[in-house]
Amino acid sequence: MQLAKEVKYLIHKEVLLEWRSKYTINGVLLYVVSTIFTCYLSFVSLGDKLAWNALFWIIMLFASINGVSKSFLQETKGQQLYSYILASPAAILISKTIYNTLLMLVLTTIALGFYTLVFDSFTPPDMVLYYVAAIFGSMSFSTVFTMVSAIASKAGNGGMLMAILSFPIIIPVLILLIKLAKNAVDGLPWENSYDEIAMLLVVNVLVIATSLLLFPYLWRD
Amino acid sequence: MKKTWWKILASVLVVYTAIAGLLLGVPHLAILNETIRNLYFHVPMWFAMIVLFSISVFYSVKSLSSKSEIDDMKAVESVNAGIIFGVLGLITGAIWAKYTWGQFWSFDPKQNFAAISILLYFAYLILRNAIDEEQKRAKISAIYNIFAFPMMVVLLFVLPRLKDSLHPGNGGNPGFNSYDLDSRMRMVFYPACLGWILVGYWVYTIRFRIRSIETIMNTPYQNETKSVQDSFVTAENQSITNENKQQHN
Repeated sequence: MQLAKEVKYLIHKEVLLEWRSKYTINGVLLYVVSTIFTCYLSFVSLGDKLAWNALFWIIMLFASINGVSKSFLQETKGQQLYSYILASPAAILISKTIYNTLLMLVLTTIALGFYTLVFDSFTPPDMVLYYVAAIFGSMSFSTVFTMVSAIASKAGNGGMLMAILSFPIIIPVLILLIKLAKNAVDGLPWENSYDEIAMLLVVNVLVIATSLLLFPYLWRD
Repeated sequence: MKKTWWKILASVLVVYTAIAGLLLGVPHLAILNETIRNLYFHVPMWFAMIVLFSISVFYSVKSLSSKSEIDDMKAVESVNAGIIFGVLGLITGAIWAKYTWGQFWSFDPKQNFAAISILLYFAYLILRNAIDEEQKRAKISAIYNIFAFPMMVVLLFVLPRLKDSLHPGNGGNPGFNSYDLDSRMRMVFYPACLGWILVGYWVYTIRFRIRSIETIMNTPYQNETKSVQDSFVTAENQSITNENKQQHN
């Protein structure tokens, strides 16, 4: 139970740090809102619901790269060393992943609300399924990006590497998410989406398992 | 001669499949017609690529625990060789697609996912270039390689099944299973796979040797050169004898 205690404490630390500065959440929120406005102004004539759906996921992809990559890239070498002394690598990875999932969940919820508010015609008929897709989206984005941002931060070459390394890995997930969300937009019955949901679960479990196996090697310098 | 028998085997098999693949009879299926012969040239490329990438993951895992420079070099050279085969697979597929689907690149899910999985390995090579320190580079790139491998498996083997593709073997298009009945094709296809996998392995061993010689030549100090040279020579001999053992078994 040592691990659970450490994880709980570390998540508390992350939330507290974020609550004090409110930098990431406000920054990414402003990023999402301004991107949505830019897209709206650029694509006014775009009437297709499916294109709006794809656009939503692309906006969320970039927002989450900016939001999640902060988790390791922004820590100084001293901070990393300090937490290395205090906690086990598994606890650090799990706590960061859970914290990022929560952060992305909040962001996605707000972004989705704003999106449906601005694009009145977009509102998917099956909002519950769309929200399930959003939950899976925030989960998969944070599991993949947490590990990749750890790799990029150790390579010491921030933002550019982060994008290069994470895009090929996230594309399969993104394709599944867009397909799942498309089912919601089309208002298909849930039976049609079980394949995608199962696949997303499998991919997430795979990513978490490999990250847990590999992170201790990465963490140790 | 003892050590080169598999290289001779590889050459003989590839030459045989190139000749027999173009001359022997094939079943006449709708749409595919004579382009079915591409099976002998296109599919073995992917098999060779998968084998080379698996070798690379094996050495990445090994280099994480052994921290040896040689294992890291083996990992990166097998990725280099694997990428060659992946690109050849894309090209042979695109040429085939031009004559059956009408376009070199029609954004078929199989084409897209294969291209993305090759992007993964380009990202791996760029990650290597981004890090200067050798030990660190070996460690971080090995981690990324292992992390990316399951994703490549998902991309190549799982996702295309969820999508509608025109690729043979998907969505009711005539595929490999229907040729399985035809022993004429099996006579060429299996040797082709084995032959190209062996050629891929051969390319990888040559690239590894070139790389290790370059490393020896670039090492500035004479004494160190000696020890590094020794370690490479012994490592190589070991790997060759291991290979022979495995193949004799």
